[in-house]
Amino acid sequence: MTDIIRLSAADLAAKLAAGEVSSVEATRAHLDRIAAVDGEVHAFLHVNDRAVAVAEDIDRRRAAGEALGELAGVPLAIKDVLVTTDMPSTSGSKILEGYMSPFDATVVARSRAAGLVPLGKTNMDEFAMGSSTEHSAYGPTHNPWDLDRIPGGSGGGSAAAVAAFEAPLALGSDTGGSIRQPAHVTGTVGVKPTYGGVSRFGAIALASSLDQVGPVTRTVLDSGLLHDVIGGHDHRDSTSLTDAWPSFAAAAREGASGDVLKGLKVGVIRELPDSGFQPGVAASFRAALDLMQAHGAEIVEISAPHFEYGVAAYYLILPAEASSNLAKFDSVRFGMRVETSGGTVEDVMAATRDAGFGDEVKRRIILGTYALSAGYYDAYYGSAQKVRTLIQQDFASAFSQVDVIATPSAPTTAFRIGERIDDPLQMYLNDVTTIPANLAGVPGISIPSGLAADDGLPVGIQFLAPAREDARLYRVGAALEAALVDSWGGPLLDRAPALGPVAEPVEAQGPGGAR
Amino acid sequence: MATDKLMDFDKALELFEPVLGFEVHVELNTKTKMFSAAPNSFGREPNTDLAPVDLGLPGSLPVVNEQAVRYSISLGLALGCSIAPSSRFARKNYFYPDLGKNYQISQYDEPIAFDGQVEVELEGGELVKIPIERAHMEEDAGKLTHVGGSTGRIQGAEYSLVDYNRAGVPLVEIVTRPIFGAEHRSPALAAAYVRTIRDIVLGLGISDARMERGNLRCDANVSLRPRGQERLGTRTETKNVNSMRSVERAVRYEIQRQAAILADGGAITQETRHWHEDTGTTSPGRPKSDADDYRYFPEPDLLPVEPSRELIEQLRAALPEPPAERRRRLKAEWGYTDLEFQDVVNGGVLAEVEATIAAGTSPAAARKWWTGEIARLANLQEREATDLVGPAEVAALQQLVDAGTLTDKLARQVLEGMVAGEGTPQQIVDARGLAVVSDDGALIAAIDEALAAQPDVLEKIREGKVQAAGAVIGAVMKAMKGQADAARVRELILERAAS
Amino acid sequence: MSEITPDLVRHLGVLARIQLSDDEVTRLTGQLDVIVDNIAKVSQVATPDVVATSHPIPLSNVYRPDEVGETLTREQALQNAPDAADGRFRVSAILGEEQ
Repeated sequence: MTDIIRLSAADLAAKLAAGEVSSVEATRAHLDRIAAVDGEVHAFLHVNDRAVAVAEDIDRRRAAGEALGELAGVPLAIKDVLVTTDMPSTSGSKILEGYMSPFDATVVARSRAAGLVPLGKTNMDEFAMGSSTEHSAYGPTHNPWDLDRIPGGSGGGSAAAVAAFEAPLALGSDTGGSIRQPAHVTGTVGVKPTYGGVSRFGAIALASSLDQVGPVTRTVLDSGLLHDVIGGHDHRDSTSLTDAWPSFAAAAREGASGDVLKGLKVGVIRELPDSGFQPGVAASFRAALDLMQAHGAEIVEISAPHFEYGVAAYYLILPAEASSNLAKFDSVRFGMRVETSGGTVEDVMAATRDAGFGDEVKRRIILGTYALSAGYYDAYYGSAQKVRTLIQQDFASAFSQVDVIATPSAPTTAFRIGERIDDPLQMYLNDVTTIPANLAGVPGISIPSGLAADDGLPVGIQFLAPAREDARLYRVGAALEAALVDSWGGPLLDRAPALGPVAEPVEAQGPGGAR
Repeated sequence: MATDKLMDFDKALELFEPVLGFEVHVELNTKTKMFSAAPNSFGREPNTDLAPVDLGLPGSLPVVNEQAVRYSISLGLALGCSIAPSSRFARKNYFYPDLGKNYQISQYDEPIAFDGQVEVELEGGELVKIPIERAHMEEDAGKLTHVGGSTGRIQGAEYSLVDYNRAGVPLVEIVTRPIFGAEHRSPALAAAYVRTIRDIVLGLGISDARMERGNLRCDANVSLRPRGQERLGTRTETKNVNSMRSVERAVRYEIQRQAAILADGGAITQETRHWHEDTGTTSPGRPKSDADDYRYFPEPDLLPVEPSRELIEQLRAALPEPPAERRRRLKAEWGYTDLEFQDVVNGGVLAEVEATIAAGTSPAAARKWWTGEIARLANLQEREATDLVGPAEVAALQQLVDAGTLTDKLARQVLEGMVAGEGTPQQIVDARGLAVVSDDGALIAAIDEALAAQPDVLEKIREGKVQAAGAVIGAVMKAMKGQADAARVRELILERAAS
Repeated sequence: MSEITPDLVRHLGVLARIQLSDDEVTRLTGQLDVIVDNIAKVSQVATPDVVATSHPIPLSNVYRPDEVGETLTREQALQNAPDAADGRFRVSAILGEEQ
């Protein structure tokens, strides 16, 4: 049974389709794994007690000859920011403890329809505000590579679940890097689609103009398969694009087998010099670029002069939109209510929000309220929206010269839990490379580039493409992944330490399922 | 609460010049809400017409109702406005339990319609041009019921109950520019303006416009400036004005109240005031405070509204004729005298008369009902004529008269039943047994009885004194409780005399 | 340039309906002061000739037809209500006037 959990989703799906393994077996194997290691990892806030029943149903339908989707029967972890009718949705906050949504998020509905088996809801920074999952009201998640370290944030739970082999697939959300940065620190893959590429309906809103839902997996192909399931227009989300998308799984397969890197122009941003990164991170980044070059890619230095204002703009736009989006948590229609004796509803609202929101959330709400308030709008929120335009122009200019932009996915490897929690500004700087994509709406992917020489912890490389060119990221990502895994002699995650009472990791198999 | 000191109205006008402004909210009668596909209905069980976004459920998102946009554009055009080639929605952020999300999606600095003008006709025929600053789209809030206090109002209530059925219903807010020169006609102008807006939206068919139901709401802004002064005075905004009559009274009251304060050397507090129908006064609401920092920003969940020129021209071509033109045409069609027509307009029942005629009633009969008996009942009950009955019902009633089932007198009884909500005219006739008896046999029996009591009547008739029949007719009508056609009774009596 | 004072923070707390303890006010004032100083630099590049972008991907005229769609049952609407009576959500007495 150990083998099952170490399979990629694509490989597991193939075995399910071939009848070599049943969904019930696969689901039980993952539930067993969760039981064995999640006490240490704490990726899950809720485990689905109906998972086996759902798996049974898939097996029954397969046995009856029903045509099922490629991923049918594969277990899926779901970030708690996505609402589900059968499991509580807390968004990592006490204010929503026990909240049962009467509707499923669109991505959840599509996943169910594709036959994926929801395993549970994963931990996250409260209301997706954070880069470490330390701001979860339910306790932090621990990085499977080193349990004393953060798994990234806000989607640390999904990334850790996947990295710890508790699930082959997970759904995450990315507002400023919340999929890509956890991927980086856990040695996994994460994708932020083009804004509007995946429906936000049912994703508890943080910053409406920045949020996107995306896949969290161990391989690029797995992300492509999951992205194919969840993506596409949704009439319930006015901002969702009506474009017809190509298959991202196909793009990944193309990338893994073809000659994608030859002649590919890869842009490296002059204004993000290596000196701004942990040496081990920069070195891993350079090594990955060298490998790409060896395969025929051309590395081009480009300028993005306004990226340096990105973090500032982001920490104005996000709190402003969030302060409005979080106003709905007021004790009236759902969620926590703190009664005050003889108090007015205004008192109850204020007391509830004080008790129900954590410090980071309060901080950002107050900041956002400030940025929007009379007399400050033009200087703050208004200005930040202009920086957005400038960053889009930077991207437009860059993409006229290169096919993709490459950056390290974050400045440092996983820091220790508690190390940066008291310095919000320091924490915000974790997002310096990921934020521009959210501001501009362009897609981004993070894939493992190796382990940092200075601390042996995972490093990710991020690629960015023009808006709507998500397929390009899958091609390039899969191509580099194939080359890297080949150079390592096996997936990076094989080198992660063993967790819990489970036997040693399986010997490095041949090149992963992408071939 | 101390009573306000009021200056005599004419004296107030001598010393001060009133400046007016109106914000009218029109509830659109689309099938669904502004930003969700929940039904837009009235009077349903609480919390049964809801989509997730109406409750602000986590993860819910708004999607714009296309019909509401078209209606808004049509309304803007009918108000003589320019239509913005591009306009956006904005969030108006404030906390209140009747809001599902604690922000209202509205429009801020980019309204869909702006810079218009409306012609308002006053009693006597004078036309006044009212400048329209803007008309914009927004959503309505839910309904609060306050429990435990003595008045059903907020003050003193123990707790409140919230019904979100109305949350999200499409609204268009129409804002005028300051209105100068109304002088003594200010109160009348206020009512006439609201009436005009009502006529416009009814003519467009985009709202039921029943003020009593809140389909049409008016906030009246009043300020005074001393004669000769350039600078405008401080204005108050009066809300909770639920009828055209109230608009008129509220404006008048504020002029008198503010004049008294200013004449005493005091200053007007800029505030929102609440109109009290029962006492005919206004009282202060919460003073303007920091809670009015709405922190508007463009709604990120929605995209700009950019109607094409073709669409705008299409909607413009479909506009009904402007009210003033329409009135001229109808007066001619119906053959009313100027006075008769004025009665209809002043009674605020022009649309109703038109609809009643469209349903088959003669112009004369329609006018008779609406400016006669219905107006009388409205005055008696202190309600709007238009809130008592609908045109279709009146037409049905008149049909019964035309068919001989009812006399005018009986019909008036049936009308009272209709107003009391007893049902349709036919239902009331049946329930109360009011139909004119058309069975000659029953009439003859009653005539026989009456003649038995007045034996000399037949003789007198045969002698040529036909008017003697009157006494018998009277007796028969009384015996039949009015449910007889007097003319037929007379016929039968004369037949009897001749036989 | 930052003008974050405890009074301002308290005022923002009122606007945001979050009851802040004195301790929280003090801490937030310090933290926000640092943060705002840092993010204020956006106004340097946000010159008048630059247009603001509120939506990353330009779209317009996104509508739905005026047809009744999926709605919640009353049970669903009230299923997470902290307090309800007579099919309605119940709240303590309200202080402020309606808008």
